[in-house]
Amino acid sequence: MKRSLMARLWPNATALVLFVVFAFPVYWMFATSLKPTGDIIADDPVFLPTDITFDHFRRALDADHFWTLVGNSLTVTTLAVVFSLVIALLASFALARMRFKGRRGFLLTFMIAQMAPWEVMVIAIYIIVRDADLLNSLVPLTVFYMIMVLPFTVLTLRGYVAAVPKELEESAMVDGCTRPQAFVKVIFPLLAPGLMATSLFGFITAWNEFPLVLILNKDAEKQTLPLWLSSFQSTFGDDWGATMAAASLFAIPILVLFVFLQRKAVSGLTSGAVKG
Amino acid sequence: MSVQTERTDTGTAAAPGVRKTDVTPPGGPGQARRRGGTAAPYLLLVPALLVTVVLLGWPLVKNGMLSFQNLNPRQLILHLTEWNGGDNYKEVLGSSDFWKVVQRTVVFTTANVVLIMLLGTLVGLLLARLGKRMRLVLMLGLVLAWAMPVIAATTVYQWLFAQRFGVVNWLLAKAGWSSMSDYNWFGSQFSTFSVITLLIVWQSIPFVAINLYAATTTIPKELYEAASIDGAGMWKSFTHVTFPFLRPFLWATTFLEVIWVFKAFPQIFAMNAGGPDRLTETLPIYAFVEGPGNQHYGMGAAISFLTILILLGLTAYYLRTVLKQEEDEL
Repeated sequence: MKRSLMARLWPNATALVLFVVFAFPVYWMFATSLKPTGDIIADDPVFLPTDITFDHFRRALDADHFWTLVGNSLTVTTLAVVFSLVIALLASFALARMRFKGRRGFLLTFMIAQMAPWEVMVIAIYIIVRDADLLNSLVPLTVFYMIMVLPFTVLTLRGYVAAVPKELEESAMVDGCTRPQAFVKVIFPLLAPGLMATSLFGFITAWNEFPLVLILNKDAEKQTLPLWLSSFQSTFGDDWGATMAAASLFAIPILVLFVFLQRKAVSGLTSGAVKG
Repeated sequence: MSVQTERTDTGTAAAPGVRKTDVTPPGGPGQARRRGGTAAPYLLLVPALLVTVVLLGWPLVKNGMLSFQNLNPRQLILHLTEWNGGDNYKEVLGSSDFWKVVQRTVVFTTANVVLIMLLGTLVGLLLARLGKRMRLVLMLGLVLAWAMPVIAATTVYQWLFAQRFGVVNWLLAKAGWSSMSDYNWFGSQFSTFSVITLLIVWQSIPFVAINLYAATTTIPKELYEAASIDGAGMWKSFTHVTFPFLRPFLWATTFLEVIWVFKAFPQIFAMNAGGPDRLTETLPIYAFVEGPGNQHYGMGAAISFLTILILLGLTAYYLRTVLKQEEDEL
């Protein structure tokens, strides 16, 4: 009896400790951003903010170019994700539904591309973009983010297309639909959750991108939010309230999206990313 | 969402390959598939393949070319192309700094991946053992850590480990380690790497744990029943049922993590820019600092080419595992 109680207690206690370990940094970001400065620089940390202030958020929002950069980030990220979805949908349909020579070769190409070391290729990309006279522009960012997201999108969507039973499509075709019609009318609606999960991961990748924009766009008005946040930290130095408010502003959209779409996203990852 | 739907629809309709199959009379699904097997798949793949090959291949080739050039600020501004044979490589491979960075990168990657896989697996197995409610609680914590954008997470870790008013130093001092109350975590190589490792491991465990848990749910219950009839205890049924079942997944995940940690950039760069004294530069950071940072672009390209070679080696091994799995599935 005693043993079984212990056996049930241990996993739960461990899980609780782990929850705190994983959630605390996120909590601490929000908590700091809402505390008055006096509480932030107290000798004993204030774990539960009682006086809530929005001053830090105001300071972060007033910082140079914030809204311009929000616009930049949104534009670049959305365009990259939409373009890659369109292209990937076609490819994933072929890879999931058709038998043809070289299928494995194509798969392999996308798998290799998925692991492309973008972080290491910044020098070559810098020279290419400079020679094209496109430094400090959003165009190269969009283009390169699209290709960064594309292989993953192809492979993940392939998993979703494959998961739709072939019989649905076939019966639609028996009923007189052509193959493209069957795709649009029958498969596409069933793919909606998959498209959502895939675009979520694409969005996060592009939203987070750091090394490329760091080297390509030195012009303060042509940067994106990750760069803003990292330079914010160095400019505002010890103003941890404003820095944490800035970090919160950057993180909130992703956190909200992710928590809402979590289950679908995770099953999509299992079928797409790990199995290739 | 609606925007995406529209766009994708027109995308499908506009593809010439799909149009062609339009014309063929639907003589049953089997025939349609055979027809589709001729040109349609290639046409559907053309856009994705073209984009991938061009946009990935071009920088790769360019990188290779730059690595054989003498490219410093003068040549960069005047758009001069000065080939210098293998001089960059001779210099890079002959410098002890480079080999130190390689060694450091290997140690750093190994330490991180071992921690991630070990702890991630344990957390995943714990998830499988928990009741529904507690699992949801832990899952929420994991998802929050997973979803934090990297730069935001890096900034938060800088604050957690801040010398003054950082909550970690306060905690260590409270725990009786009073010399830590004013500790500067970014003052030495080891402590800076510790913070970076903690950040990376914290953000990577959720991927491993949640996916591993998902994988355990697909293990047929009969296997455990059979094992317990054969008299297997908890440990035996883990080593004989759970582990063999998860092995392919663990392999694939380990390689993914190796590649991800190996090329980790923002965490290290935004944390302390490779400092103090360039002691936390791993290969990607080293290439960046030597290239755009110190304006030795040719040298930087050579370093990044060597880094890509190493990554390719690692990738090849991973791809073989995945392809084998793929074969089993078909």
